[in-house]
This record gives sequence, C-alpha cells and structure tokens, in this order.
Amino acid sequence: MKIATLTESSENENRVAITPESAKFLIKFGHQVIIQSGAGEKARFSDNDYKKSGCKILKSSASIFKEADVIVKVNAPNKAEQSKFQKKQILISFVWPAQNKSLLENLNKKGVTSIAMDMVPRISRAQKMDALSSMSNIAGYRAVVEATTNFDRFLTGQITAAGKVPPAKVLVIGAGVAGLAAIGTSVSLGAIVRAFDVRPEVAEQIESMGAEFLMLDFEDGLDGSETGGYAAPSSPEFREKQLQCFREQAEEVDIVITTALIPGMDAPKLWLKEFVDKMKPGSVIVDLAAEKGGNCDLTKPGEKIVTKNNVTVIGYTDFPSRMAAQSSALYATNIRHMIDDLTPKKDGKIDINMKDDVIRGCTVTHNNQITFPPPPPKVQAIAKQAPKTIEKTAEEIKADELNAFKKNTLQQTILLCIGGLFMFVIGNYAPSEFMQHMIVFALACFVGFQVIWNVSHALHTPLMAVTNAISGIIIIGAVLQMTSESWIAIFLAAISVLISTINIVGGFLVTRRMLAMFQKS
Amino acid sequence: MEYGLVSAAYISASVLFILSLGGLSNQEKAKRAVWFGIAGMGLSVFFTVFGGSSGNFWLLFPMILIGSAIGYYVAQKVEMTEMPQLVAALHSFVGLAAVFIGINAQLELSFVQDFNGSLDELSGFTKKIASKNSAEISIMAVEIFLGVFIGAVTFTGSVVAFGKLSGKIDGKVFKLPGGHGLNLAALVISLLLGLLYFNGSGIWTIILMSILAGFIGWHLIMGIGGADMPVVVSMLNSYSGWAAAAIGFTLGNDLLIVTGALVGSSGAILSYIMCKAMNRHFISVILGGFGSQVQTETEIEGEQVSIDADGVASLLNDADQVIIVPGYGMAVAQAQQTVSELTRRLRAKSKKVRFGIHPVAGRLPGHMNVLLAEAKVPYDIVLEMDEINDDFPNTDVVIVIGSNDIVNPAAQDDPNSPIAGMPVLEVWKSKNVIVSKRGQGTGYSGIQNPLFFKENTRMFYGDAKQSLDSLLSKID
Repeated sequence: MKIATLTESSENENRVAITPESAKFLIKFGHQVIIQSGAGEKARFSDNDYKKSGCKILKSSASIFKEADVIVKVNAPNKAEQSKFQKKQILISFVWPAQNKSLLENLNKKGVTSIAMDMVPRISRAQKMDALSSMSNIAGYRAVVEATTNFDRFLTGQITAAGKVPPAKVLVIGAGVAGLAAIGTSVSLGAIVRAFDVRPEVAEQIESMGAEFLMLDFEDGLDGSETGGYAAPSSPEFREKQLQCFREQAEEVDIVITTALIPGMDAPKLWLKEFVDKMKPGSVIVDLAAEKGGNCDLTKPGEKIVTKNNVTVIGYTDFPSRMAAQSSALYATNIRHMIDDLTPKKDGKIDINMKDDVIRGCTVTHNNQITFPPPPPKVQAIAKQAPKTIEKTAEEIKADELNAFKKNTLQQTILLCIGGLFMFVIGNYAPSEFMQHMIVFALACFVGFQVIWNVSHALHTPLMAVTNAISGIIIIGAVLQMTSESWIAIFLAAISVLISTINIVGGFLVTRRMLAMFQKS
Repeated sequence: MEYGLVSAAYISASVLFILSLGGLSNQEKAKRAVWFGIAGMGLSVFFTVFGGSSGNFWLLFPMILIGSAIGYYVAQKVEMTEMPQLVAALHSFVGLAAVFIGINAQLELSFVQDFNGSLDELSGFTKKIASKNSAEISIMAVEIFLGVFIGAVTFTGSVVAFGKLSGKIDGKVFKLPGGHGLNLAALVISLLLGLLYFNGSGIWTIILMSILAGFIGWHLIMGIGGADMPVVVSMLNSYSGWAAAAIGFTLGNDLLIVTGALVGSSGAILSYIMCKAMNRHFISVILGGFGSQVQTETEIEGEQVSIDADGVASLLNDADQVIIVPGYGMAVAQAQQTVSELTRRLRAKSKKVRFGIHPVAGRLPGHMNVLLAEAKVPYDIVLEMDEINDDFPNTDVVIVIGSNDIVNPAAQDDPNSPIAGMPVLEVWKSKNVIVSKRGQGTGYSGIQNPLFFKENTRMFYGDAKQSLDSLLSKID
C-alpha cells in the first residue's frame, strides 16, 4: 500500500511522522512511501535523505491525498485536510477522540479508518508503539532543560575556591513517563530531587530514579491509581493533605515541574497562586500540563511569564516539537511498529484486525462506524498492589513465638516418647550385642545431623562426593567375607571389593579435584 | 592383630570421617577435610585386611588394585559437567555391594547351620555367626533383609538416575500402568517374602526379594522428572548410607554402622534442604514429578522481546552492578568458561559482578558452584539465594543463563502455579534482565515463565555458549 506523510500544517509543529530511517522499514514491509516535499525540513531531514531511502517525493498535499492509501501524521488533520480525505483511506496520527467529537464525525462521514496513536493501550505488548510515552519522555527531559535555561544558578552543589554553591532542589509532581524522565534528567544534573504522585505504587520507580518520594500520611484504602496505569481524581481529604505537603515544599524548592494529568479531564490545579508567592525569586515552574489548562494557577498555555516576585512560569505546549529531530525519530519508530502490526504478513497489505486488543483500542473510526470508546482493556497495566500485611505488635510476636515453642516442645516430647517406647520394645527382645550396636547407630545419626547443617551451601556437591566415597566403607564387610568357605560367597565378596574400591578411590579423587578448583579472588 | 588394635583403628577412622564431613563448612578447610577422609578410609581398610579376620589375599589385592586403577581413571577423566551422573553411578556400586554382602551373609548362615564340626575349624566372619544363639540369628535375618532391600533399591535407582542425568534415558516422567500401586504391591510381596525368609525358607526368598526391590528402585526413579534430580541423588546418597549401616549390623561391625549412619543422615538432611528450596514435601517429590499436576495457571499476556549481542553489550557497558544467574542450561552448553571470561572482563572495567545461585540450580546440590569454580570464578563473588535476593533492586543488569523455574515470578504471584511458594531469585526487580535461552520453550517443569514477558526483560536467544562468545568480543 502507499503510505504518505504531509508537512504538518500547524505553525509550531516541527516534527514529521516518517523519517528516512523508518521509511526503509516500511518499504521492507512491502509498502511504498510518499513524502510531501519539505515535510522533514524542520526536523533536519532533507528531501534528498528520503529519496535515498527509496521514498517518492510529491509537491502538493492534494496529489498526495489523491494517491495515498494511508496518511500518517503527527497532529490530527485540520478542517482543510479533513475535507481532502477519500473513502477507505486510513489515517494514523494523534486524534484525541474524546476531545475532538466533530473531527471523529467528519472522518467517519468520509469513510476513513482512523487509528489514534494516543489511544494505544498501556500494556507491555503495545509499548513499542506507545507514542504518548515516547513524547512524554522527551517532554520531561526538555522541561528540565527549559527550567535550567531560565534558572540562573547551578543545579549541582559545588565547593569551589570562590565559595560554596548549594545544590538546587527540584520538585516533580506526577511520576508518569514525563515525570520520571524529568527526575532522571535533574538527578543527572546534580539536583536534589523530590517527587510526588497520587499512586503509592510508583514510589519504587521514583526511588529507583534517584529521587525522594514525598509520602502522605494516610490510612490504607486510599489509592489514586485506576485501571490503565493512569491517575484518577482524588477525594477532598486527599487533596487537602496533598496541598499541605506542597505548601511546605514551596518555600524550599527552586524548580517545580508539574506533569499531573487525569485522562479525559482538565488538569488538576495543584500549584496554587499562594505557593508561587512563597517561592524564592529566580525560581522556575515548568508546567507540562499547560495544554490541559495547567497544574499551576498562573500558567498561560504556550507562554513564559515572570511573576512580580520573579518566579518564571513556563507553560509551553510544544516541548517535543522543540526537539524535532529526536521526537520525530521516536514517533516515526512508534508509527513503524504500528504499521508492522497492521501488516502481519509483511506483504504490503494492511489488515485492521479488530480482534487484536491493541488495534481495537486505537481504531476510532472503521467501516463507517465510530468505534470509540473501545471496550476496557483486558489486561491490567499495573498489577494490583498486594494487600498490606498488618504489622504485628511486639506482644503478638512474643505470643506467637511462645506458641510455636510450646508446639515444638510437645512435638519433640511425643517423638521422644514414641522413639523411647520403640527402643524399649526392641530392647526387651533383642540380644545385648544388638543393643550396643544400636547405641552406636543412634549417636552416629545425631552426629551426622549436627555436622551436616554447618556444611557450606556451595560445597554440597563435594559433600555428596565425599559421603559417597565414605559410603565405600562397605568394603570392610566384603573384606571380612573373603575367608568364606563357599566359593560363591568369595566370588561375590571379591566383586564387592572391586566395586567399592572404585567408589572409594573415584569419590575421593574427584572431591579433591573439585575442591582444588575453588579459589578466592 | 589384636582385637583392641583393630578397634582403636576403627575409633580413629570414625573420628576422622566426622572431621572430614564437618570440615566442609568452608572452602579452605574443605581441602584439608578430604585428607581426613582419605586417612580414615586408609586406616580402616588396612586394619581390616591385616586384622586377622580376612584371607584369600591372592584374590583380594588384585581386586583392590584393579578397583583403584578404575577409580583413578574415572576420576581423572570425568568432566565437571558430568559430575551428577558420576555421583549417581558410584552410588549404584555401594547398593550392589550391599546386596552381595547381604546374600553372602545368608550363604554363611546356611553353611553354619548345616555345619557339624568344631567351631575352631572356622575362621573370621563364619566363626562369628556360628557362635550366635537363635535370638541373635533372627535379629540378623532382619538385618540381612533390610540391607539387601535398601541396597537393591539404591542400586537400580542409581542406575536409572545415572541414565537420566547422562541423557541415556529420557528425563520425562515414566510410569507403568498401575503407578505407585505397583510399587506398593512389590513392597507387600517383599515383606511377605521376608516373613517366609525369617521362618527359614532359604536363600531363594532373599534373591527374589532383591529382584523385587530392584524393580521398586527402577520404577520409583523412572517416575521422577529431571528437575527433581538434586533431591533424588541426595536421597540415593542417604540410602547407600543406610544400606551400609544395615550391613554393619549384620556383621556386627561398629565402624560400618557409624559411617553408614553418618552418610545416611547427611544425605537425608541434604534432601530436606533441597525440598525446602523447592517448597515441596519430600513425599511428593518421591511420588512423582511436576508433570502429573493438572491446574489452571494464570494466562500470561504480552510478548517476549528479543535482543542481540550488540544490545546486551551496550547494556553491560553502561551497567555498574551485574548479577549472573546460571542454571542447568549453562552446564549443558558448557558455557562456564565463557561466563568466567565475561566476568573477568567486566570486573576489569571495575564493574561489580556477582553470581546468584539457587539451591536447586543444576542437577546436583551445589552443581553450579563446582562448575564456576572449575572455570576459575572466585568463590567469594558466588553468593547463594538468601545472600543476594535483596540486592536485585539495585542491580543494573541481571543475566539469566539457562535457568527457568528458579527465576519464575509465578512462584510468588500466582497461587495456582505448580511451583507456587517455591523460593525464587527475584531477578525481575532489577533494572534490566537478559535471559539467554535456546528458544521460546518452557523449562524442565513445563510451566510458562512470566519473567520472559516482563517489560524489563530481553530475550537473548541462542545456545548459551555461542551467544556469550559473540558477546565477549563486544565488551571492550
């Protein structure tokens, strides 16, 4: 099929949906690739690069709409582009179906099959095409870069001949992909990083990136996570605690990066005006939720403002586009994986398999039907947290120990009694010589038990080889029988001597060989 | 030689054997401990041979010499990866010897009972029997019965274990129709034969019983899957000890009793440790493998993502903390030298490399430690499960080489899994997991491993040795 991409129509968009690198793969899947002339210019990919990868270059978008079967874009098509679509064409781009009802209807009317890159379910299998994650990753990184450009101090603490520099403190709110990327970047620049998220289970991820997790004191049962690995709106009490926590942080931190989003809703206001007022002059706030209204009261989407007390609030909405070469490369790879999954036979034929969970999830219009919203995903993105075990008090532990001890004592006593009785019965009938041997036997068993517990775990194989060699002691029995009167007995004894010797010599030598190999570094 | 002198030698030998086993508590002491064992064995054999109760030296000495030569040859030739089958094969010898000695004792017994001459004409063991009274003789019959029975089970069981470990017999679970009912029937018939024997029915009962016991040993071990072999081998080790002890009772020889009891109890404890490491009961291991369980496991969603040598190399070049988890697959591919070389190179770049060893990794307790030692991996970076399990979250890369069940998170997450509750190495908690594996198949226990589907897991397909070799050249 013919897969084409257009020059993005929006002014601030520098990205492109197909790179020369990803085009090579698409061609390998059996497709033809068409690029609108100049589409990759802003992301530093020239028409020539595309030609070298085997793409066809067309001048006008009209001719592309006429020729292509699949249109791949970054942003959702605008009004003009929507009208150019033809029946049975496939659109792959960000669509935001929940917010863009009219777009959905227009596409459906045209008979277009639309695949929304923003609807890829968050399950392991679909990670490779999760464009939201790859874009968020870039946004998180860029947010730190923007913050440091506007922050006129070091991030890392230094002690120099010219004085001591304290490290900057960064607070990251929301530890999704963008938040974690921001944490990683700030940590590597040397800042002290704290992070907050309503989902307690991400604490581990936050700590693994080197930040401190701000824990709210709460009773169990309050849990901000919901299906699909995204956050859910929280209760008023929870919100109050959360704001209290931020209020305390506001006076301390130098850089705040907010990334809190709830799917299908406006961004929650978490960084109130009073917090901004409390911050030190020169502090920076980067609001990655600006597109959805912002987490900060003062955020102006798309703009950078400076407050009266000299706090910079950055509300850019185009972080990924500011790193067009990188983000195009990642987005194009996501698209390439999506087309890979849509072309199961690699024969250049696209098959929209609505039984596939991932494809079903992101297909929003198909066969003249709006197929949004999809049924809930069958697989949980993050396993449910195991119920917390209730900590036992010291007394309970003591009582448990005592009980276990009593039970143990009882068991041992019973066993000893049974064993004693058994011995008594035997002793009553058996001759004295046998009983003497029995004493030796029982003691040897106990010695064996005690000795073996101390054997190092790593030496279990040598232990087996040694005990095996020692069990060759049975040779003594055979040697004693060599004087028998019966020839059969002598023959059998001789064979026994032979094989026990093999056992003894082989066992010991092999143990020595093994032990000689163990060496300290 | 005096009876007292021989006894003194026996006491010294017993002490030496105990010291020998106790000395295995660490790697340095262990080297000395073997000499204790060898000295003990030398003492006891020497004093038994020249203690005045033996004879027919013209046959005895060649047998000892030939046996030593064969033992020496085998010990020098064997590969460290073949250690499990060697140990199993050696166990079978002890079992067979116990059967022969038991039958011999019966032969002597019937000879003595038909003998009408003076006691002074007899010598050695025969004389000892002839002086027994009737109660002692019936006790002795019980001892002979036990010795032969345990010996025969050990013999055939070890032969099967040897076959399975060396790949000469299919490692899968095999049972005759009737299953354990058949074993039970054989056991009951053996006991009946035993009753006949105690009442003086003659030697044929003992021979028939040993054949039946041999069948039990064969059938029992055939019914146990390859993954349970560590338990089986240590169990057979224990049996061989008990057989020796039973023979010791028959012959009235305290050294045999002491040594047999030492070996028997040590094998029993080892089996217990292995079972605990697999969170299974000894009985359930003996009575059948994983294969027989029919349970619905949780379905696993997701896919296995593969990685090539370049990808692994770049992960390793970036990592500071690396843990390698070897399994039976490393032994099969003979990859321990390559693993050792890889370790050396990573350590040369001042990365922290350690090994995590699960108690049941491999086919013999401690199997992996021996292989790594052979490849000159220093033992102080080889840690056991409990020592290393808490360190995985701080680890950058875990390389899993040919192990499967011992790193299966289902043991903790999925209560329906056949291995639920088994302690496992928590490799999935690290940042990246590389799984070196032949293909997409399941492990020995035949259960699917959710680890392979985790987001931080990458599958490094191919023969362990070849893929690690290709990796080596890329670690600069």
